[in-house]
Order: sequence, then structure tokens, then C-alpha cells
Amino acid sequence: MLGDFMPILILMAVAGVICGAMVTLSWVLGPKKVTPYKQSPYECGVEPQGDARERFPIKFYLVAILFVLFDIEVVFLWSWLTVFKTGSLEFQVFSGAAVAVYMLLWIIGDAYVIKIGAIDWDEATSLAPEKLGLSPDAEAA
Amino acid sequence: MDVLGWLQRTSVDAPWLLAVIRVLLLVVPILTIVPGLIWWERRLLSWMQDRIGPNRTGTITIPDNFPLASLRGRKIRTFGLLQPIADGVKLFMKEDVTPSSIDRKIYFLAPAIALFPAFALGATLPQASTGFIPGTDILGPFHYLTPVANVDIGLLYVLAISSLGVYGVVLAGYASNNKYSLMGGLRASAQLISYELAMGVSLACVVLATASLRMSDMVVAQEQALWGFVPAVQNWFLFTPFGLVSAAIFLVCVVAETNRAPFDLPEAENELIAGYHTEYSSMKFAVFFMGEYAAMFVFSGVFAAVFLGGYNLMPFNWEYLAATFPAAAGFFKGMAAANYWLGPLGFVAKMAAGITFFIWLRATLPRLRYDQLMTLGWKVLLPLAVANFIVVGIWVICSNERVLGPVGGWVALLVAMGVLAILYMNLAATIKKGAKSMDKRTVKLSDPQAKRSIKLADPGPASEGGQA
Repeated sequence: MLGDFMPILILMAVAGVICGAMVTLSWVLGPKKVTPYKQSPYECGVEPQGDARERFPIKFYLVAILFVLFDIEVVFLWSWLTVFKTGSLEFQVFSGAAVAVYMLLWIIGDAYVIKIGAIDWDEATSLAPEKLGLSPDAEAA
Repeated sequence: MDVLGWLQRTSVDAPWLLAVIRVLLLVVPILTIVPGLIWWERRLLSWMQDRIGPNRTGTITIPDNFPLASLRGRKIRTFGLLQPIADGVKLFMKEDVTPSSIDRKIYFLAPAIALFPAFALGATLPQASTGFIPGTDILGPFHYLTPVANVDIGLLYVLAISSLGVYGVVLAGYASNNKYSLMGGLRASAQLISYELAMGVSLACVVLATASLRMSDMVVAQEQALWGFVPAVQNWFLFTPFGLVSAAIFLVCVVAETNRAPFDLPEAENELIAGYHTEYSSMKFAVFFMGEYAAMFVFSGVFAAVFLGGYNLMPFNWEYLAATFPAAAGFFKGMAAANYWLGPLGFVAKMAAGITFFIWLRATLPRLRYDQLMTLGWKVLLPLAVANFIVVGIWVICSNERVLGPVGGWVALLVAMGVLAILYMNLAATIKKGAKSMDKRTVKLSDPQAKRSIKLADPGPASEGGQA
């Protein structure tokens, strides 16, 4: 069993050594002249303001969760993919119908995600003041 | 020298030795071709932009005291091919500027993680035919020399390793403790996982049509008769209707996965300086760069193997032609032999074509906006890939001999594609109509301070009323 995968392990070891060497070599070879300005994070030359690890838009989290959901749905298909074509007609029709229902659920899920605007990154619509219950007009008044 | 006999004996006596040779046959070309690739990109972009590009480095003038008088003063040109190597040496010698506020371990690990999948990805790619030498029953030398590991989960392995690339980018963005880096890393993560979905489904279509995940089986499936009934031409998936759609989706996703223009938002220099590698200098910066190029190279190989007939030079079944036209049998048999022995060259040529396509894209298309990127990934490519997947399923059932047969299968496939296209257009029109009615709606809000309800609306006379 491992026999087939042994070359992959060798390749990974070689790749690991190359990557490690590339990252450490410049550390060893290059000069080191440390100054406080050089060590500060780059913010276009001005003094850095605060910490970078601040809050970030929740949208990224939402996309990650959606990815996990949809990707797991695809993962379930992989084992079926390899046997579908070579199976008997009865198996093809039965499993094809089952997968059709499964994909229908998938499509409904995708349509729902699009409808609620989960992947609506257009700030003109997703963050419009009207949608958030705010209005520049109301503040002015 | 009996190379074939030695290979046969070694495969029994010391399989690890052959494995090491195979690994070197994959890693050494990647390491040597990447500098050439960088040179090719710079030269090609220059030509497309009416510039000259790097053409000087490596030009050697033979000195006047050279023993052979006829060669003195002559110039040996390398067309600037040594430029990337000179850049690499320079980068190795540069100071490794390391900010003080970083997360040290992750900061050093991230470039290595970004480069690693680019090398590991090629493990299952067959660079040449793993079968018999044409006209004989002998397994050729390529059977022992390629791919690194012909495992039965080849395509799953490619998908799994390619998604590791996200980690390098995200960890680099996080560890740098720089706002630009963090934003670049976040953008990259959302982009990569969005396009990975469509990539997985588009490859699933091809797996459904070949019924195997082994990469060499995929190439063998493309050596069959075209559409099942044109035996002279090979069935490259690019020539089939569903394969064409899959190939287009896969290509777009690969461009997005490798962060290349027009999907280079994570490193958009006019908004994010350099994105996730803002705080990386010296060779660590170059490692990100190399990882991008090596990934481009290997993904071109995956595209060639899955859609472009792998190592076959031309889409013709020479053996069939030789049997059908005995008059020119000698020529066709010669072509079959050339097809076998020049297989690695054909594979590299297809990779080079893929890379040139990447560079051409960069010269042609402007960068996408982030919402356009997400819309393309989730609302266009993903539904298209799923629709294609369903079409392939219908085709497989209909082309069964007991249902419609191969020709009927293709008719069913085209009908299914047409029905889906009409459905999609109707749906798109409905959504557009719905959006218009949304634009016109007015929103009523209660303002607690004014203790009255204000009528708010988008442009028009209504908003003036709200102000008053």
C-alpha cells in the first residue's frame, strides 16, 4: 500500500529540503544591519498606527463557511464518480437519480446563498445605508 | 548499453532508486525552467508593450589575449537568459530585513509552505506514455521513469495539494503584522477557496467521463476514438462539448489559484503595496515569486494532461491510420514511434503553450474588482460547472448501448446543454427584472429623535421630501 506512495514521500522530502534551504540561505548569506526604522512594519514611510491584527470584515468568514459546506458536498461525489460510467444500466439510472436529487439540493443551496446576498461584495448594494437602516439624510436632519 | 534491461531489473531490485530518479526528473526541470520562465515572461511582455526587455545579461566578449586569434573580440550572446539567475544570486546576498513585531516562526515558515505545493503538485503527472512501445509488447523506458507515483487517486492528490497553497499566503499575511499584508492574505484566502470549488467540479466532469482518477488513465481515455465514432482522431477532452466548458472553467480557476493577472488582487500594488509579501525581502520574497511561477508551470501540465491529450504530439491515432491505409503504413508507423519517443517534448511544449497563454492574459486584461471576482466565482463559474456536471451525467446514461448508443448520447448531451442554456437565460432575465423592481422600492424608517416616520428613497424627488 505504501509502496505506491513512497515516491510521493520522497518528493515531499526533497521539496521540503529545497524550500527550507531557500528560506534559510539568504538569512545566512545576507548582511545584517538592524535599525529601528527598518524593523518597523511598512506603512508608506509614516509611523505605524496601532496593531495590524484588528477586526476584519465578516464577509471573509462567511465565504470560508460557504466554501466548507459546498466543498464537502463535492467530496461526497468523488467516490461515485469513478464507478458511475462502468456500472450496469440499472445502477446508472438509480444512482443517477439519487445524485440528481442531491445536486438539486446543492442548486437550491447555491440559489439561496446568492439570493440572501452572502456573496454580494458590491459595496453600493451590500453596504448601502438604506440596507443597513442608516441614511446620510437622516443624520443630516 | 541496455537501459531498458537495467530499468526492469532496478524496478524489482531497488524501487527506491527509481523513485529517486523520477523525483529528480521532476524537480530538476522545475528548478531550471523557472528562471527561463521569468525571462520568457519579461521578454514577451516587453514585446507586447513595444519594449525590448532584458537582453544584455550574459553577453560575453572574448578578450583580446584569447589563444584563438579568430575568436578575439567576438561576442557570445545569451539573449539575457542569465538575467533571472543574476537576480537570484543578488537576492540571496541581500539583507533579510525582518520586522520586529512579526510572529517569528510562522513568518519564516510561510514562504516555504507557499513554495512546497508547487513542487509536490507534479507527483502524479505523466510526462510520457506509461504503456507499450508502439508495435511491440514491451513496456517502454517511460513506464519506469514517469510519473513520480502513478497512484489511483492522482487527480484527488492534485486538488488536495493545490489547496495547500492557501496556507502559505494566509500565514504570510497574518504573521507579518502589517495591515497591507493582512488584507492581502484575507483577499487571497477568499479568492483561492472560492475558485477551488469551481475547479473541483470542473475536474469532476472529466472524471465522470473517464471513470478513473489515475492521471495516466485520463490520457489513455483521450487516446480513444473521437466522440466514440471517429477512430482516426483522438478524443482530447478539449474537442468534446462538455470538455470544452470544463476546460474553460478550469483555466479561469487556475489563473485565480495562482494569483496571476487579471486575478492578482491579493498583491494589487496600487491598493495593497505588495499584498501578503509586503514585509518579505531578500530570497524569502523570491520564494513567493518562484512558488507562483512553479505553480503556473505545473498547473499548465495538469491542464495538458487532463484536457489536451497529455504527451500526445498530435490528436491522431497513428496505429489506426496505419491499419486503414496500408499504402502509407510505414509513414504512420513512424509517426506512432515519434509520438511515443518524443512524448516528453510534446508535454513540455503543451506546458510552454499554457504558460504563454498566462503571460498573454497578463498583457491583455485589466485587473478585476473584488466584487466582480466573487461574482464570477460564485455566480457564474460554479453554477456553470454544476450544470456541466449534470449534462455529463445525462450523457453517460444516454450513451449506454442499451439506451441510445454513442451517437444518441451526443444528441442528448447537446439537447441537455440547449435546455440548460435556455433555462439560464430565462432565469437571468427574471433576476434582472427583479433587480429593477428592487431599485424602485422605498424604505420607511422611524427616526426616534423626530418621532415620526421618514420616507427614505433612492434618487428622485422622494429623498428631498425626506430631508424636509
